[in-house]
Amino acid sequence: MLERTGIPTPKQIEAIKPSGERLAKGPVAIVECFQEIPCDPCYTACKRGGFLPFEDINDLPKTDDEKCNGCGICVGFCPGLAVFIVDETYSETEALVTIPWEFSRLPAEGSQVWGLDREGKEAARVTVKTVRKSPKKNGAHMLTLIVPKEKAYDIRSISHKE
Amino acid sequence: MLKTDVLVIGAGPAGLKAALSAAGQGAEVILVERDPFLGGQLVKQTHMFFGSKEQYASERGINIGKILARDVDENEKIRILKDTTALGYYEDKRVAIESQGKFETVDNKALIVTTGAQENTLVFPNCDLPGIYGAGAVQTLMNVHGVVPGNKVAMVGAGNIGVIVSYQLLQAGIDVVAIIEALPKIGAYLVHASKVRRMGVPILTSHTVIEAQGTERLERVVIAKIDDKWQPVPGTEQTLEVDVLCVSVGLTPLTELLFMAGCRMAHIGELGGHVALRDKNMETSVSNIFVAGDVSGIEEASAAMVEGQVAGLTAARNLGYGLEDYEEKVTAAQRELDNLRRGPVGGKIRAGLEKLYKEGEVAV
Ligand SMILES: Cc1cc2nc3c(=O)[nH]c(=O)nc-3n(C[C@H](O)[C@H](O)[C@H](O)COP(=O)(O)OP(=O)(O)OC[C@H]3O[C@@H](n4cnc5c(N)ncnc54)[C@H](O)[C@@H]3O)c2cc1C
Ligand code: SF4
Ligand code: SF4
Repeated sequence: MLERTGIPTPKQIEAIKPSGERLAKGPVAIVECFQEIPCDPCYTACKRGGFLPFEDINDLPKTDDEKCNGCGICVGFCPGLAVFIVDETYSETEALVTIPWEFSRLPAEGSQVWGLDREGKEAARVTVKTVRKSPKKNGAHMLTLIVPKEKAYDIRSISHKE
Repeated sequence: MLKTDVLVIGAGPAGLKAALSAAGQGAEVILVERDPFLGGQLVKQTHMFFGSKEQYASERGINIGKILARDVDENEKIRILKDTTALGYYEDKRVAIESQGKFETVDNKALIVTTGAQENTLVFPNCDLPGIYGAGAVQTLMNVHGVVPGNKVAMVGAGNIGVIVSYQLLQAGIDVVAIIEALPKIGAYLVHASKVRRMGVPILTSHTVIEAQGTERLERVVIAKIDDKWQPVPGTEQTLEVDVLCVSVGLTPLTELLFMAGCRMAHIGELGGHVALRDKNMETSVSNIFVAGDVSGIEEASAAMVEGQVAGLTAARNLGYGLEDYEEKVTAAQRELDNLRRGPVGGKIRAGLEKLYKEGEVAV
């Protein structure tokens, strides 16, 4: 349970998953933020209406998957590092997962690293497709990983030890 | 003797905003800070902050400190005294300050105390072994002095500070073997907890430290599960091989000056210990003495800044500055505070403030 371990439950993850139809169209933001905290930069960062307006700063973020085009701008703005981009259309067997990254050691583009799940367990070897700077000054870096399609909802980090 | 309208003690987010707000209304301000730099806790915070645009959300703490410090530096109405400690309060309202062995007093018409808080400690067998630190000390070592405290760390406390310092240890290339928390639930924002968990750091709720072991310095820590009566469960002991144990079990407001000044105080657990009774404008029971930030109740930099604003605006108003737009500005700030505190994570601070205002009614 999230409050005891820091690991969101499969049920929580399932509940925020965009529709299969939407996923088939291309990249989309996945927002793993499950606690009402006074925070709203995800919403203010998106200029496309990808997040529904916050009535109260403590609201949980809610996405409008049809308006979101998966551009990834919000990824670098979220102080909780809770926003990811999943693109299931990358290939027959692989998906792209974009994660925020705040470690000074950046993996090389094209390199193979361990993809970690929400527990920090090694889930699969993944390829680092791109390493980008966040459009936000001093924001988190964004790593786009090529992952096995069935792991697109498991892999949320890479090992920082390689 | 120095003279000023408003004297602000402590240049963390609360004090910086208080100084800026009072000066913005036209008051002359002296800002006293015992460190050689401005920013308080913010100088150590390399992570992005929560909150909303008004409180620089999504900006890294250290940069928020820099923005505020620059504004203060550029403000002609604010005189900054760094490396200067406020030592005492005299009956005639002067404040004694000391800088590099030189002693002086500051005559002031209003005083804003924004001294922040100090870390709590935890007592267990061998808790004085070298290698056992407060989380704040570790953060200062790493992020201010660039020194790593050791190689393998166990963290005690899964509040925001414990979890964030664990993350910063990972960023510095240090192993964090576990975060140990006595409560059954993680106190930190869960998004913070998730980000250290997915780097492989287990968060052990309902666990406590039984003892530290080592001859010259820390070598091992024995931990165990605890039951709902806070008793260790036999047979659940585990030994962690670590050379650093980092303790992050809360903060206590630094209130000596307020006691000295005769402000009415109350012990309110939800606010972190003894705090000065105060009204919604941050004025204590002694007129023209104000508080803001962690010294008035342990909370967050976001709230500290807004409280500082309220205190600075009101202090200036009491001295006759900025009467035209005071109401408008103070109401907006108070609304911001209410918004920050409205959600479920604001429950503790709301409960604490309710007690504080009740105590205030009894005391009056
Ligand atoms: C690890 C960690 C992570 C945090 N993360 C966040 C976060 O993500 N978001 C957030 O909003 N908040 C966060 N906070 C909390 C935030 O830093 C504090 O709530 C905030 O700094 C309190 O501001 P303050 O001005 O009251 O006190 P402080 O920042 O503590 O400043 C007090 C200042 O007063 C000075 N002082 C004290 N006594 C004297 C004296 N006698 N004479 C002269 N000067 C004196 C001190 O040197 C200090 O500079 C975090 C805190 C820590 C430790
Ligand atoms: S990915 Fe781009 S479009 Fe989608 S919510 Fe984030 S900022 Fe908006
Ligand atoms: S910015 Fe991140 S942590 Fe803040 S509300 Fe949005 S998703 Fe949650």
